[in-house]
Amino acid sequence: MARTAVSGRLAWRVARLAEIRDETPTARTLVFDLPGWPGHLAGQHVDVRLTAADGYRAQRSYSLAAPANGDRVELTIQRVADGEVSEHLTGPYAIGDPIEIRGPIGGWFAWHPQNPEPVLLIAGGSGIVPLMAMIRARRAAGVRTPFKLIYSLRTPAEQYYADELRTPVAGLDITYVYTRELPEGRPGIPRRIDVATLNTAAWPAEFGATTFICGPTAFVETAADILLALGHDPHQIRTERFGPSRD
Amino acid sequence: MGVVTPGFQGRARSGNPRLPPGQYLAEDFPVLSAGPTPRVRTETWEFAVTTEKGDKHTWSWAELMALPSEKPTVDIHCVTQWSKLDTRWRGVAIDTLVGGLDTEADYVLVHSYGGYTTNLPLADLLDGQAWIAYEYDGKPLTPEHGGPARLLVPHLYFWKSAKWVRGLELKTRDEPGFWENVGYHDYGDPWREQRYQGD
Repeated sequence: MARTAVSGRLAWRVARLAEIRDETPTARTLVFDLPGWPGHLAGQHVDVRLTAADGYRAQRSYSLAAPANGDRVELTIQRVADGEVSEHLTGPYAIGDPIEIRGPIGGWFAWHPQNPEPVLLIAGGSGIVPLMAMIRARRAAGVRTPFKLIYSLRTPAEQYYADELRTPVAGLDITYVYTRELPEGRPGIPRRIDVATLNTAAWPAEFGATTFICGPTAFVETAADILLALGHDPHQIRTERFGPSRD
Repeated sequence: MGVVTPGFQGRARSGNPRLPPGQYLAEDFPVLSAGPTPRVRTETWEFAVTTEKGDKHTWSWAELMALPSEKPTVDIHCVTQWSKLDTRWRGVAIDTLVGGLDTEADYVLVHSYGGYTTNLPLADLLDGQAWIAYEYDGKPLTPEHGGPARLLVPHLYFWKSAKWVRGLELKTRDEPGFWENVGYHDYGDPWREQRYQGD
């Protein structure tokens, strides 16, 4: 297990919103100017802190959506119904507004461009965010590490980064799984990720791929269980989960 | 006070004295783990306490079940900001497992099936503060919540309550575990918001 160098207290830094890109009707990418940012690995996250005029604070963790790029940091925020922080960040939060950010945090669910092993990315819904940072890091580093992405989403309209992912990239295979509604003209019926999906679209177990799975708990449990059943090494599978559990 | 974000008002302040700073109440029970959920069979389950001198004491599942159990009802606090109040567990107090051991250790490295580790001061596991828990809410602990058995240390952030626990390694020197090695706080007191190293 690699030790990530952390020196001293993680400092809160003041960031300002520089750019907004709407991804879906309920999710937006926020690009911040964050002077003094030390850089990060794809897959790491940050803590974000909002302070109200009366001093009340709310803090949440968000995955970084893009690799390190100087003082620019990107997050993609999905609006959660009644989400105290996400409702502000996907609503009234405007260009030039300040926010506090600290990080980077987490050195486990992270991909280093110098890693030669093939990579399998499995995203459920907004779980695509840290995985997209890895795809972008691969491109930014100019490496040819073979990547496969399996992206499960309810409907085509809920896809993040649609234009960017539509552009073919050598060495990046993408498989979409739609659970509620298929794109127009695509044959078949909506279904969830299953043994057939992973048997067909994932790397064979013996390739020793590093696998990153991010999504709702039940989705991550299902995908990881199937990979284990297909013979994948549990130590090569890294997971990040969000949302409620099944029970 | 931090930098004010214009227009941010936040939710109605709960003022609940049982919520540590920065935490919000969760009604569900979120799951966080670093890898796949290990499926550990009670037939082959074994729990070991190893002292700093190398003495190893082991319990099978049947032997654990034969020990006196307790039913703590406790509040739990995750470093990702959710807290859950009045969670009901059943398990064996750590005092019962290490109480009679000959040890001068001050620290514990907890080991889990699947390879996870976390470190704590031994004193934080004693005097009725920690359990090997095998029931949640009156039912056997499910694998995704750490079943068949997990450590339960409710007064620290919940990453210290290692799921799929398989043993305690008593040590005279502190040694960081899995998350502590990647920048999380060595101790993890939610009331002091000890999330990351240096907090």
